Formats: sequence, C-alpha cells, structure tokens
Amino acid sequence: MKIGTKKNMLTFGLVLAIYLVVQLLLNMGILDSYIEINMVIIGINIILAVSLNLITGFTGQFSLGHAAFMSIGAYTSGILTAKLGQPFIVGVIAAALTASMAGVIIGIPTLRLKGDYLAIATLGFGEIVRIIGLNNDYIGGAIGLNDIPQYTNWTWLYFSVVLTIFIISNFIKSYHGRACIAIREDEIAAEAMGVNTAYYKTLAFVIGAFFAGIAGALHANYFYFIKPDSFGFMKSIDILVIVVFGGLGSITGSVVGAVALSILSTLLQGIPELRMVIYAVVLFLIMVYRPQGLMGDRELKLFKKVGVVNGNASSK
Amino acid sequence: MEMLVVNNLHKSFGGVKAVTNINMKIEEGQIVGLIGPNGAGKTTFFNLLTGIYSPSSGEIVYRLKQEVSSCSFKPDKMVKYGVSRTFQNIRLFKEMTVLENVLIGYHNNFKYNLFTSLFRLPSYYKDEENAYEEVIQLLKRFNLYDKKDHLAKSLPYGEQRKVEICRALASKPKLLLLDEPAAGMNPQETKELTQLIKWIRDEYDLTIILIEHDMSLVMELCENIFVFNHGTLLAKGTPKEIQHDPRVIKAYLGGE
Repeated sequence: MKIGTKKNMLTFGLVLAIYLVVQLLLNMGILDSYIEINMVIIGINIILAVSLNLITGFTGQFSLGHAAFMSIGAYTSGILTAKLGQPFIVGVIAAALTASMAGVIIGIPTLRLKGDYLAIATLGFGEIVRIIGLNNDYIGGAIGLNDIPQYTNWTWLYFSVVLTIFIISNFIKSYHGRACIAIREDEIAAEAMGVNTAYYKTLAFVIGAFFAGIAGALHANYFYFIKPDSFGFMKSIDILVIVVFGGLGSITGSVVGAVALSILSTLLQGIPELRMVIYAVVLFLIMVYRPQGLMGDRELKLFKKVGVVNGNASSK
Repeated sequence: MEMLVVNNLHKSFGGVKAVTNINMKIEEGQIVGLIGPNGAGKTTFFNLLTGIYSPSSGEIVYRLKQEVSSCSFKPDKMVKYGVSRTFQNIRLFKEMTVLENVLIGYHNNFKYNLFTSLFRLPSYYKDEENAYEEVIQLLKRFNLYDKKDHLAKSLPYGEQRKVEICRALASKPKLLLLDEPAAGMNPQETKELTQLIKWIRDEYDLTIILIEHDMSLVMELCENIFVFNHGTLLAKGTPKEIQHDPRVIKAYLGGE
C-alpha cells in the first residue's frame, strides 16, 4: 500500500483544472445562467446521493429521511445568512453541524430497527421536521423563508462536492468504513469480530447528515427561497432513486446517477406532459435490466493503468 | 493455569431452562470438546461465553489478557478480552472479498482514529500496510492467498470455513470458539480440518473450545470433553473416559 503520490498529484491537478476551466467559461459567459442552475442542481444532487449512499448503500441502513437533514441544513443557513446577517461560511458550517446533530438524534433511537421498520421511522422523522417547519412562524411557516442572499457560486459548489466525495471515499476505504460494510453484510458476525455496531451505525448517520446539511445550505443560498414542502417525502425518494439507480455501495455510481438523472429530468422539461412517464420508464428499464444499478458496487477508477503498474499486489 | 472458570451457570428463556448449573474449569492451551444431542444447550452455552446472552445467574470468568467476568460481557467487547469465535452456519461477509473479511477480524488491532482516516494522515498508510501484511501472512498459511480477491460467497464450503477461522484468528485471540467446524464436510475435509485445528493451537498458542457432532474429530483432537444433555453437564473427562461412560453412551453415543 503506497501513498501513491504521483496518482494523488494527478488527481489533485485534474480536480483543480476542472475547477479553473469551468470558472473561466463562466467568467467569459460561455456557460450561461441556465447551465449554471443545472450545474448547481447536479452538484447538490451529487452531495445528497453520495452521503445517502454511505448510510443506505454502505452501512445498509435504509433511510427515507435524507431530505429532512437537507431541510435542517437549508433552514439553518437560511436563518443565519438572511435573518442574522452572518457570512456564508458560518451558515454552511452551522448547517452541517445542526444536520449531523439531527443525525445523532435519529441514529440512536433507531439503532434496533432494520429494513422496513427503519425506513418508516426515518420517514416519520422527515415528516416531523417538515411539520415543525410548516408551523413555525419565525421561519415563515408554509410560505417559506424568503430573501436568502445568493452566496452559492461555482467555487462553493465545486469544492463542497469534492470535499464530500473525498471524505466519504476515504472513510469507506479505512477500517471504519469496512466495519460499516461488514454491518451491512452481517451484523452479528461484525459484532463478534469486535465491531461496535451501535457506534458505526450512528456514525454513518452523522457523516451522511453532515453533508446533506451542506447540500441544504447550498440549495438555500442559491435559490433565494426555501419552504418546508420542498424537503418532503418525495425529495427523500428522489435522492434514494439516484442512489439505487447509480448502484448501492458505489460512490462513482452515485455521481454518475446524479448527473444522468438530473440531466434527463432537465431535458424532459421541454415535454412536460410526458416527462414523468419517460423518467419512470427509464428507471423501470434500469431496474429490470440492471437491478444492481448502473455501477453495481464497483467504482470507476481514474488512472486505472497507473494503478496497476504502481500498485500491483498491494493496490487495494 | 485456568483461563476459563464457569460457576453455577444458569440461563432460562421464560420457562425454558436452556442451561442449568454448569460448572467448568478449562486450562490454558487445551483443546476442549463440547458434545451432546441437539437441543442440549451447547450453542446457548457458546452464546453465553461470547456475551450474546447474559446469564440468568452464575458467572463466567476469563483470565486471558485481563480478568473479566460475565457481568461486563458484550459481543463486540469479547475480541478485546481475547475471545474470538466462528458460527455454526457460516457467517462470512458474503459481498466482501476474502481479504476484506479477514481485515474485519483485524478491526480492533487498528490504531488510527477517525480523523486520520478521513484525511489520510501518514499513520493511516502505516497502519493499513501493517494490517495488510499480517493478513496476507495469515492467508498464505491457510493456502488462501490465491483467493484473496475472490468474493467470500464464491468460495466452496470448506474454504469458507477456513476463511471464517482465519477471520477469527486475525483478531489475535487467546481463546478460539469453534461452533461445529466440520459441519457439512466430507471425511477427507474433516481429516484435514483436524490437522488444521491442531496446528492452529500449536502455532498460535491458543486454547480452543469446539462444539462438534463428528466423533472422529472430537475423539482425535480433544484433550478434554464435556457432555451436555438437557442443559446440564452429564459428564466430563478424557476421550477414553467419555467413550466408556455408560451415561454418555445411553444419552448420546447410542446403545440401549
């Protein structure tokens, strides 16, 4: 197992190059605001899908409450930036922290639940968050929270996405991440091997919620306006669909899924009558012909050849 | 030295007395067999030894890495106390590779913390590399090295058993509990397993307790045998004594 400096430097360079090129194109006006909106949607969906994949795909905790974490992040950042005049960085960090606290709150009481039961409990949690939002006048109730300053730009978006992927894939490839996968595979055996299952299940919720909170903050501070109903049950399902579509247990799958489904959904806006029908048919076909999702649980690798030459026996 | 002492152990589920009045002392370095008809309480006893159940009364004391009694048993703590186990119905992590399975066994020997893993600090690489090397050594000794990148579910039954033992050993235990290691094996495989278990005990300096129905394995391997029947200890002794004990013959080995 090598540090793989050359590979890391190449990745780093590529990440930076993409950032600079897109920033340049935005500055020159080649990428217009329509494309920019779609990039923001794609970016936010990537963050949401990758973070939900950690909870559902890797740790095997079937969660339908991901939009609630996003909602908590969005409102936290919205309140801080719009009502209290704080800078965006404060909003984003606070959003991530409050959402991960919510992750602890939902993670601990549901430790004993599995599968369908956990899904219903997290669904209930999502509804509680939504209804609190609807009935709280300070944050606008059902009308929503308005006049949130637009701080989200390409820089914030891009580096949030990169940070999410970086942290979660590092986590997965450590012994902590392997413990999470072991819990998904066989909880009793994992426990017998010394894995503290309660800790790791909660941890997965906390890390997943942390990034969902960031996604919420990016959303709130881009679209000026948030309301509780945009983070309902259907939003959670949307995120879950991306994760399943891309492949449970594949980070690159979630990225590909988020990009593909966001683009598909945008392209279909031209034919509103058939939009949901075509969307549904695509999902249906994928599930029939590739039930494990686009990527299964495999990852796309950059620099595959470099990896083989450098890593050989110890590449894993 | 005695590394395991069981005093007056009882366990009941509602009205069912699964295990009653067990007293046992096991010396370090022995291979001990637990035998008895189905439903005699052997697996319940194993689950008590590994903290999955807690005793209704009585206690279990280990003197391995430290002295611990059953009031502080928890399934995920047992590895830390030096106890590792395999399962009656193989419980491998099916969708993980053989290597990853064994690395999970190594879980408690990793030292780097969460923050290090998130940002890949130098100790991450050092620790992972150590783990990798130790696990590879282990796999080589079990002739599983060639299969390290295979998914666990794709291996034949006998090799899955070996991987499970390998995984248990990766946690560096002092006491290894094997629940029916030869179940589903043919005579040839059983013979190999017998040699393997003996070799493991000598090589890793372990105490081994095993539940087994295959008498050829038990009689050849075990230095001491405890016979369970209806949740109680019917008899204990060396293989020879057990073979000639009329109560055991009546309850288990067959006969009028």
